[in-house]
Amino acid sequence: MAAAKFDVPELKDYPIIPKLKKDAMAHSAPYVAKEEFQTKLGYPGELIDNWKEVAIEKMGELTDKYRSLSVYLDSCVKCGACTDKCHYYLGTTDPKNMPVARQDLFRKVYRRYYTLAGKIVPKLVGAEDLTEEVLDDWYTYFHQCSQCRRCSVYCPYGIDTAEISMAAREIMDTVGKGQKYCNEIIGKAQVLGNNLGLPEPALIDTLEGLEEDIEDETGVQVKLPLDVKGADVLLITPSADFFAEPHIDGLIGYAKVFHEADVSWTMSSYASEAANFGMFIGSYENMQKLALRIRQAALDLGVKRIVFGECGHAWRVAYSFLNTLAGPFDFLDSNYPVPQHICEVTHGFIQDGTIKLDKSGNDHMTLTYHDSCNVARASRMGDTPGGQFTIPRDIIKASCNDYYDMPEHSIKEGTYCCGGGGGLLTDDLIELRVKGAMPRMQALKQVTEQNGVTHMAAICAICKSQFSKIFPYYDFQMDQIVSVHQLVSNAIVLTGQTDGGSDEEDTKDAEQAA
Amino acid sequence: MAIEVDGQSYETDEEGYLADLNQWRPELATAMADADGAPLTEDHWEVVNFLREYYEEYQIAPAVRVLTKAIGKKLGKEKGNSKYLYELFPYGPAKQACKYAGLPKPTGCV
Repeated sequence: MAAAKFDVPELKDYPIIPKLKKDAMAHSAPYVAKEEFQTKLGYPGELIDNWKEVAIEKMGELTDKYRSLSVYLDSCVKCGACTDKCHYYLGTTDPKNMPVARQDLFRKVYRRYYTLAGKIVPKLVGAEDLTEEVLDDWYTYFHQCSQCRRCSVYCPYGIDTAEISMAAREIMDTVGKGQKYCNEIIGKAQVLGNNLGLPEPALIDTLEGLEEDIEDETGVQVKLPLDVKGADVLLITPSADFFAEPHIDGLIGYAKVFHEADVSWTMSSYASEAANFGMFIGSYENMQKLALRIRQAALDLGVKRIVFGECGHAWRVAYSFLNTLAGPFDFLDSNYPVPQHICEVTHGFIQDGTIKLDKSGNDHMTLTYHDSCNVARASRMGDTPGGQFTIPRDIIKASCNDYYDMPEHSIKEGTYCCGGGGGLLTDDLIELRVKGAMPRMQALKQVTEQNGVTHMAAICAICKSQFSKIFPYYDFQMDQIVSVHQLVSNAIVLTGQTDGGSDEEDTKDAEQAA
Repeated sequence: MAIEVDGQSYETDEEGYLADLNQWRPELATAMADADGAPLTEDHWEVVNFLREYYEEYQIAPAVRVLTKAIGKKLGKEKGNSKYLYELFPYGPAKQACKYAGLPKPTGCV
């Protein structure tokens, strides 16, 4: 399938820094948000007349408010360490997708209006006026950054392009030039509680259907409780877990873990979303509105703990910002991390023997693991440094017999973005998504050829949707991406289970019995 | 954007999804599929009709799993899987079939 109207990058045997091709992606920009999506978030419906003045003022406000932003803008020495670190540059060859060049789109305007030299001798210091052309460039290229922060790992000053890209998007929203995909979704989540726009009756129907499926398959009544007051744990998970594949198999995995460990838990119809796209558009206010729904749900349901499902940027927001956005959470049980990741929960139960895993449930797969950017570089898990790398891998290895890592430069803190993060997971950016996935596809191809890897696991809803969409462009099958808790689901031994963990398992048992 | 059927114009969004759900007519689905170069068969219609029924009840398109289960019940177990649905709708059953059914595009991380 996937008749591309563009050239899909060729996967080489090893990473090659491509030759620059000026303006190679100048044509790629997402749909601009219409008035209805803009005004819901408190932004002007369309580009305002005095956009230039307002944008410059907003820039000053942001550099004042976020010290980090002004440090990033002031401290770049153009050493070039970041240039070949961006997956979008590697996949598109467009020089403006080099992190330093992307930053400079913003920096040159900052210099012009907020530095002395830029005000007096702009040409000598690379300062430029904010013009309509510059604004268009911003819109194009700040929507070719997935805010994955890989470049910042290699920057000797730690300059974080993600933060600059968030600031640029916030300025564009403020003057009325927002992105349709993100802003439509944020508006939906603020009203309906989730990005999909899934109303409560549909959620109930979906969850009941899954309970039936699990019982049909295992003979065990595993519940997926919704709005249960007085439950111990509130699970906040991306709404894609209710809708898409392989996400939904991960949700089944969480439910089986909670069931087997006898944890009293619930989900919330009011806060039925872990994702928080407010971060992608750099809007503290919108991010806070979504975070406060989680707090409200926790209070209304009287839970003792909050656990997050498999969602990359949600975990960044939860781990790094939830307390300042919506805290204090002094009403929760302080014996548990606030919040906790589902991987931490499952990992703990594996360690202490509460749940038993039969690895042969995944014998039809040879696995590798894709570190999702926001988990890898913007958060942590467990109580040891690097826990965000070891805990998911430990869970996978406890659930299967065959596991191989991809090449070192492409995993852990050096992981490549899936190509669809940061609010870019939209069909109008499909060319960018396919090209940006190239470095990850190259690493995956290597382990499929050398180690016989058949499936890649991930703990991010965006990564999973992105890979299932773009895999066919690189001759992989869409179902080669799996949820980490899907593996747990296949392997977990449920008390009273009538069947084996999977169909393959059944066949083997039958053969042995015969 | 708009789509023309029998001399009448119907407003759509940038991606070709019908702006007003209530304006939907079967001829619109046929026209959209023809424009995509893959005319609708009876099998396609089973999916499109199920989506519309589900939407009427729940105001949202069904999860892929709900859809595969329903199609499996109607058309036989061998068709109750996402592979079959992707054969019918290569751009994704949720998105492409929703478009033909006149439903809004599912949004989010899907």
